[in-house]
Amino acid sequence: MRAALNGWLRRLPVWALWLGGLVPLALLVWDTLTGGLGIDPIRDIEHRLGRTALYFLVASLAVTPALRILGISFMRFRRALGLLCFTYAGLHVLSWMLMDMALLWGAMARDVVKRPYLVFGMAAFVMLLALAITSNNWSVRRMGAQAWRRLHRLAYLAAPLVTLHWIWALKTFPLEPVLWLSAILLLLASRIAVPRPIRWGAPAAAK
Amino acid sequence: LTGKPSPYSTDQTPNTLEEITNYNNFYEFGMDKTDPARRAGALDTDPWSVEIGGMVDRPGSYAVDDLAPANALEERIYRLRCVEAWSMVIPWIGVPLAGVLDRAGVQPGAKFVAFETLHRPEQMPGQNRPILDWPYKEGLRLDEAMHPLTILATGLYGEALPNQNGAPIRLVVPWKYGFKSIKSIVRITLTDRQPVSTWQAMQPREYGFYANVNPQVDHPRWSQATERRIGAGLFGGREETLMFNGYGDQVARLYAGMDLAKDY
Repeated sequence: MRAALNGWLRRLPVWALWLGGLVPLALLVWDTLTGGLGIDPIRDIEHRLGRTALYFLVASLAVTPALRILGISFMRFRRALGLLCFTYAGLHVLSWMLMDMALLWGAMARDVVKRPYLVFGMAAFVMLLALAITSNNWSVRRMGAQAWRRLHRLAYLAAPLVTLHWIWALKTFPLEPVLWLSAILLLLASRIAVPRPIRWGAPAAAK
Repeated sequence: LTGKPSPYSTDQTPNTLEEITNYNNFYEFGMDKTDPARRAGALDTDPWSVEIGGMVDRPGSYAVDDLAPANALEERIYRLRCVEAWSMVIPWIGVPLAGVLDRAGVQPGAKFVAFETLHRPEQMPGQNRPILDWPYKEGLRLDEAMHPLTILATGLYGEALPNQNGAPIRLVVPWKYGFKSIKSIVRITLTDRQPVSTWQAMQPREYGFYANVNPQVDHPRWSQATERRIGAGLFGGREETLMFNGYGDQVARLYAGMDLAKDY
């Protein structure tokens, strides 16, 4: 079954993931244009973009554990998952700047250095930006695989920051981002606990 | 319900009934802004009584109609500023709290008024989780409670108060952050000690007893300098938050000589 799944994943084109990954954005645009958002549409736009960015970030972090532990390879899609995450994160920040803060530059600058939830969020965004800029073969060649991999471990720092950004923005202690934080820490722990692929007996599963 | 027009009303355009009744912080029904509209229908507000006690001459159980009889109702169109930095304009219908307290007979030693919301987890599902220390409590200094701007509201837009807005009777203190305006009140207690409000007890560094709208004193985690008016559209921008939510002319004297950065 593992072999069948891997075979199917090998045939699935990466653009199909992009297509699927942009569905949440299309739905959001649709809801915005048809009045399907709530009483405060700005808040809903910000939140939906932010959440979707986190989902793709966690998905990209799950690629290596999925390969090592389950023997299922999503490797071909990892770059697209990361770039989709960055797409949503970028739109999330843009919606905050344009709609929530209405381009009050002074207020934004003061808040970004002073408010913990914005410090966490913006720090994570800068890291994701660095990862997105270097998400191409040319950068891997130029930096060297070793240095490139080191840089891209930043994803493991950005992800918990994103959940802290979510937790700190709310008045009471919320359950959902705490669950996501636990999932991220579990994925990180699995990378350390399972440093190389588990050999799954049947040779067909090796690839 | 009809209320006499009041000189205390703002001439700003009120938010729509849809906005006012579908964007609520009422954690007794859940933490999402849409939870109260979805879940508050199950709350049974009839019969209802408010226990007025403590340092009063005529303690007892009062019906909502006794506290806010039809012939005493006024319409008060007030700005509402939430501590989360958004705002609305709401056409409340209600009576001044001062009249209610006068009828109960406030004793000379009383200095504060404590309020309490209904605790009924079977109809208020949010109370099944320890989000806050239930029941919700709030308090005012006696002079704040007696101020003519302070009302007990029983209606909205000419109708009885919808459950998600704090039916059947709630406090409205327009110069303070919205959480001070406690909903679905069952207990009013006159006391000589400063009561501790629910948010203050949970996070004293972030929420003080006074909670006056104040653009100069930020919430530790976000700025209070500006606010976003609900209903302003996707590119409606932000407005400057006004000291005491724009009611400074009427209430600033209550706080003369106080350091509002300390007594936030």
